[in-house]
Amino acid sequence: MTMNLFRKLRHGLAKTRDSVVGSIREAVGSGRLDDAVIEELEEILITADLGVDTSLALCERIRARASREALAGDDVLRALREELSALIETPATENASPPADPERVEGPYVTFVIGVNGTGKTTSIGKLAYRYAQAGHNTLIIAADTFRSAAVEQVAIWAQRADVDIVRGATGADPASVVYDGLRAALARGSERVLVDTAGRLHTKTNLMAELEKIDRVAKKVIADAPHEVLLMLDGTTGQNGLSQARRFSESIGVSALMVTKLDGTAKGGVLVPIRRELGIPVRWIGVGEAIDDLVPFEPALVVDAVFGDDETLRLRESIAEE
Amino acid sequence: MFGELQEKLDGFFSKIKSRGKLTEDDVRAALREVRRILLEADVNFRVARSFLNRVEERAVGREVTKSVTPGQQVIKILHDELVGLLGGSFRPLKRSKQTPTVLMMVGLQGSGKTTTGGKLGRYLAKRGMRPMLAACDLQRPAAVDQLERVGEQADLPVFAVRGGEPVMVAEQAAEHARAHGYDTLIVDTAGRLHIDEPLMEELNRIRERIRPAEILFVADSMTGQDAVNSAQAFTERLGISGVVLTKLDGDARGGAALSVREVSGVPIRFAGVGEKLDEFEEFHPGRMADRILGMGDVVSFVEKAQEAVDAGDALKLAKKLKEQQFDLEDFLAQLHQLKKMGPLEGLMKMIPGANKAMQGMEIQEDELKRTEAIILSMTPEERRKPNIIRGSRRKRIAAGSGTRVQDVNRLLNQYQQMKKMMKQMGGRKMKGMPGGMPKGMPFPPS
Repeated sequence: MTMNLFRKLRHGLAKTRDSVVGSIREAVGSGRLDDAVIEELEEILITADLGVDTSLALCERIRARASREALAGDDVLRALREELSALIETPATENASPPADPERVEGPYVTFVIGVNGTGKTTSIGKLAYRYAQAGHNTLIIAADTFRSAAVEQVAIWAQRADVDIVRGATGADPASVVYDGLRAALARGSERVLVDTAGRLHTKTNLMAELEKIDRVAKKVIADAPHEVLLMLDGTTGQNGLSQARRFSESIGVSALMVTKLDGTAKGGVLVPIRRELGIPVRWIGVGEAIDDLVPFEPALVVDAVFGDDETLRLRESIAEE
Repeated sequence: MFGELQEKLDGFFSKIKSRGKLTEDDVRAALREVRRILLEADVNFRVARSFLNRVEERAVGREVTKSVTPGQQVIKILHDELVGLLGGSFRPLKRSKQTPTVLMMVGLQGSGKTTTGGKLGRYLAKRGMRPMLAACDLQRPAAVDQLERVGEQADLPVFAVRGGEPVMVAEQAAEHARAHGYDTLIVDTAGRLHIDEPLMEELNRIRERIRPAEILFVADSMTGQDAVNSAQAFTERLGISGVVLTKLDGDARGGAALSVREVSGVPIRFAGVGEKLDEFEEFHPGRMADRILGMGDVVSFVEKAQEAVDAGDALKLAKKLKEQQFDLEDFLAQLHQLKKMGPLEGLMKMIPGANKAMQGMEIQEDELKRTEAIILSMTPEERRKPNIIRGSRRKRIAAGSGTRVQDVNRLLNQYQQMKKMMKQMGGRKMKGMPGGMPKGMPFPPS
């Protein structure tokens, strides 16, 4: 991770950091950890969208620690940071379909980008394509969102900005056939990375989920082990419904990891913690702005630090990153 | 809509209903449970707190102690407060004195402004207005194309200037609409984060120039705790006059609706309930509160049933039922009517108590299709006299419908049971039957 990325992350999360750390400091003060403080912590965590269960579990752990060691002031911050890191570093469970190792994949490495409407799939595909292209990969975008008006045009503009190839389907075309043609083209052109943009769909719509499963089946006819990775887009402002989204999509075609967008606002995106805790699905990327390079690989420790870290740790981290 | 919240409240209410008089402690304990339910539904922490304080104030004391059934009283108070919070009855959109009346759509990225603009236009066109759409989202790639497509689908004109500047385009659109006799202008704007100062300023400039009659904040019903921050920022910075709640066809509990309403102080006007342009409804706080409190959306259900059921058919069926001549032909007709009313899942959610009863029991639309296939594989005679269906006929029917003999047996058993049930009910008065008779169909005592 370069310093540049860390700065970007820190800047993007500045709003989150200011409010979370600020309110925890205020709650804890210099006094001891009593019930009132724990309740304040609970409010802070719930307000960050961690959900009732996860927030209560975290508070319980802090309370247990407080009875063993004397926690005061910034100790609470440190303890919370450690407990939260432990939570989001829990190993992925059988619910997550781990991505294939790009080194071991011969031919195109295929990534599906899926999710509910309005989460930022198309924009994120543009950012990912740009990243791949910058890393020197021959990249192809398959524009298979044939449902939403002008979605294909939108992703085409991103392809142009990222300077990568695109295979597009006509509006209203069968998305599975677009993916079929696209993957054939990827094989013919010797593409190294393939990004498949799919239409936004609510996870509760059985017919649309069936359509997604069809795309998955058809893709396997062209490239047997595709997709090598399935990224589920999660809108950072989403509340507890994110858990339901992650569950239904992973039951459908499987999810390798999350990509969380819109974290440059005041939303904390805390639902990623229960998603990790209950479903074991990790976060791979986070979107922290509207520019083409506003995409940061997710590293739990780094994000926890950027959110909860005190200034000293952050400076230390930054200087390590600089080296 | 609000499905999960409703289920959880169901559980809580069954506890209260089963007890006698409520003490102050009972109310507190119950409300603690409601608090958890609200928080899990994404109602903002502070909004939930102030809401519950109001309920507690009203519940503990006179109203509860004097009531005969305290449980029901608490339910009523919760319900009333919820309706109050969601904001009175439906209020139509304002019209301005000069034409065109400008409606401005604002909100975060991905909340559904463009689609909602098209839906709103169509809604107004159906009511005799002449709306026009203006493409003022010049930020997102291809947003103008998208609005133009939406306009095509909705059969509405779209004013767009490629490479323009939003404030100017908005002004030109208003002039164009005035000159060409469009009475309403729906302005689509770029999605923006509420902390993006320059973009919020741009919205203000658009507002100053075109003087919208309504500024509608488009909010995603899946939004979490942050809903209060964006709603508050848009309210303070711009001044919004209404909210449109989108993606309510998912399984989000929609607590954001309560948060946005409480923080902004403006009513929720409409709800987006599907991807199609006519899947758009006026927002009814009362109905919504009914749903939340597990009372079911009886009004919508009855309306749907009335649309699908032909009154003449219903009378005929009622007569048959009374005379116990209900055969498999009628059964098939019932199946068709049920199908006309739309997906079963949506329907079940509207029936009071059905949500709870159906829990863990997925409604299989496939099962219905199978049943239909079995009946269609019977001869008309067999349908009228199911008693003649014996072994070899059963085999033939199973083969013809692509099912197993067991499936045919099951259907025939169900039919017999239903007939028995009808016999027992024959002497009683029946109140509205789903998919069957209109409400209040009288059954004279036999």
